Amino acid sequence: MSLKVKTMAEMMASGQTPEVLFWVGCAGSFDDRAKKITIAFAKILQHAQVSFAVLGSEESCTGDPAKRSGNEFLFQMQAMQNIMVLNGYEVKKIVTACPHCFNTLKNEYPALGGNYLVLHHTEFLQQLINEGRLTIKGGVFKGKRITFHDPCYLGRGNGIYEAPRELIYKLDSELVEMTNCKARGFCCGAGGAQMFKEAEKGNKEVNIERTEQALEVNPDIISTGCPFCMTMMTDGVKMKNKETQIKVYDIAELIAQANDL
Amino acid sequence: MGAENIIFLLLFLVAFTLFFRNAAKIKRNIFLGKKVIPEGSKSARLKTMLKVALGQSKMTAKPVAGILHILVYAGFVIINLEMLEIVIDGIFGTHRIFSFAGSFYNSLIASFEVLALLVLVSCLLFFIRRNLLKLSRFRKPELNGWPRNDANFILITEVFLMSAFLIMNAADATLQQQQVQHYVQSGCFPVSSLFASLFIGLDTSTLIFIERFCWWFHIVGILVFLNYLPYSKHLHIILSFPNTYFSKLKPKGELNNMESVTREVKLMLDPEANPYASPPDSVSQIPERFGAKDIFDLNRIQLLNAYSCTECGRCTSECPANNTGKKLSPRKIMMDVRDRLEEVGKAIDKNGSNYKDEKTLLGHYISEEEILACTTCNACTQACPINIDPLSIIIELRRNLLMEESKAPAEWAGMLTNIENNGAPWQFSQADRLRWSEEN
Repeated sequence: MSLKVKTMAEMMASGQTPEVLFWVGCAGSFDDRAKKITIAFAKILQHAQVSFAVLGSEESCTGDPAKRSGNEFLFQMQAMQNIMVLNGYEVKKIVTACPHCFNTLKNEYPALGGNYLVLHHTEFLQQLINEGRLTIKGGVFKGKRITFHDPCYLGRGNGIYEAPRELIYKLDSELVEMTNCKARGFCCGAGGAQMFKEAEKGNKEVNIERTEQALEVNPDIISTGCPFCMTMMTDGVKMKNKETQIKVYDIAELIAQANDL
Repeated sequence: MGAENIIFLLLFLVAFTLFFRNAAKIKRNIFLGKKVIPEGSKSARLKTMLKVALGQSKMTAKPVAGILHILVYAGFVIINLEMLEIVIDGIFGTHRIFSFAGSFYNSLIASFEVLALLVLVSCLLFFIRRNLLKLSRFRKPELNGWPRNDANFILITEVFLMSAFLIMNAADATLQQQQVQHYVQSGCFPVSSLFASLFIGLDTSTLIFIERFCWWFHIVGILVFLNYLPYSKHLHIILSFPNTYFSKLKPKGELNNMESVTREVKLMLDPEANPYASPPDSVSQIPERFGAKDIFDLNRIQLLNAYSCTECGRCTSECPANNTGKKLSPRKIMMDVRDRLEEVGKAIDKNGSNYKDEKTLLGHYISEEEILACTTCNACTQACPINIDPLSIIIELRRNLLMEESKAPAEWAGMLTNIENNGAPWQFSQADRLRWSEEN
């Protein structure tokens, strides 16, 4: 079944302007696990009757892994091409489910001429709830122990700790915090373009360390808000042979499940 | 003015002259870095300084070390008020010149005593923590040798200085009881009176000797310590103030934009640009080196960061790479920058300002393996009690590695090619970006 998501080009052709642009990101477009987050978030947007569009084939990598690996040239090439597209459509407001895209679009595009109001999807969802446009049905996760793994680029990188947690409260579930949470959240190991290469020599993988920290609080669900953290934590749980007991979900997936979308 | 006072005055002048000469060298070394425009407004920067340096707001993230540090810090700042009296007494041969202030003076002296005791106890606890407890951040390889000795020397010195201060007061109080001339009845000694009974029975000349010895030991100790600062991690007691004043105000996730690259990229993307035209003035200058290979390529705030670091290792103890056995240690990055900067500084002292050696920061001090292990998670910058930014240095070194040396690890090279060719770090076609909407 198709989700009938509109692109900016289609919107523009029919003379419409969406409320918000959903920036899907590379992981959200291509990674099989992350695509499920994208679908869940799109369904919530449709359910809440938010007028949104995506760039589709006009979207390209924000350049985050290029910049963080040290290739500023490629980053700026990507950024300027994206800015041309975004400014061409006169985009004002962007929402994304990827903290890396979020950080880059929000903080690093302005210096290159791209000025937008950029929101992480957890912030956007919280706003929808506050405005009464979305209600979360409790029940499915009632009494479940959910821990939240803070993505570095959402938490420390941009100081957003509460939006995802407030959403978890709305699920009627029990939020259990790891010792290393919020500003002391421990990285999943994917940031800084580490996702795209083997780790340097050490005595452990970063995602295993983080998964062990999560397992310490005996969660039923490890939740997060980043497609790369998702990969790392899912792999970590598998390595620990806990995948039957413990599930890893993005907050958007939890809400979509709670609302039976 | 007796001979004693002249000696004091000379010592005092020599100590401060030496200190300012060394401070000027440090400033010169910092100015070897690139000029940088500080972020934000002066008031925002001042606020950060007051909160983080003066207010010690980030120290209590580790409660034990944090509270002990605040005691030592408060003791240091407040007991230094006493310095003014010591200096005046030293130069003019007076004794407790401010004692005319009566009960106000007495309460000041009493508070100095209490603080001195707290500093003494805190430093002993710090010493035990550092040497006897197996705290991993004090056992990392970058602390072997001089850095560990430096830390212990500082703690021992402070214990001695505070002991001298208290013993001096105890002797003084006993002399006051004996109504010895020159020792005016003043002060209130809640701490030293606890052990002053040890001095009862000593004759006046012995007591005067003890009192004078401790007085001189204390002040000479402070002057020596002052001159030790430029060689030590303890320099943070001064530099943490400018360091926090110039620290990053933008969101931690934001990395700086390279203007030199922006100019070139704009030219490349400009359809009107004539590729055969002679480049405009801004481009025709000698091209800047991309990123940093040596300390000259870092900016002055980054070099100030290196001199301000007190090697506490909170950054390293939070670093995910270090915690999983990788070579990277953000503390070592800061220590390496300072060591390299000192090396260059000394070479300039010896051979003049144009001297260049064959060494570089990246390669001789910091390895590729270290900088490649960083996840840019900002745990180090969050943990630093004085807002040092090791991440910005790591990124500058990576920029050099990738853009100047073209030395991306093979997997990164593939990832970068993918971004360039199909707009994603993986090999997927850009045309398929909306496929997910059909796969539901």
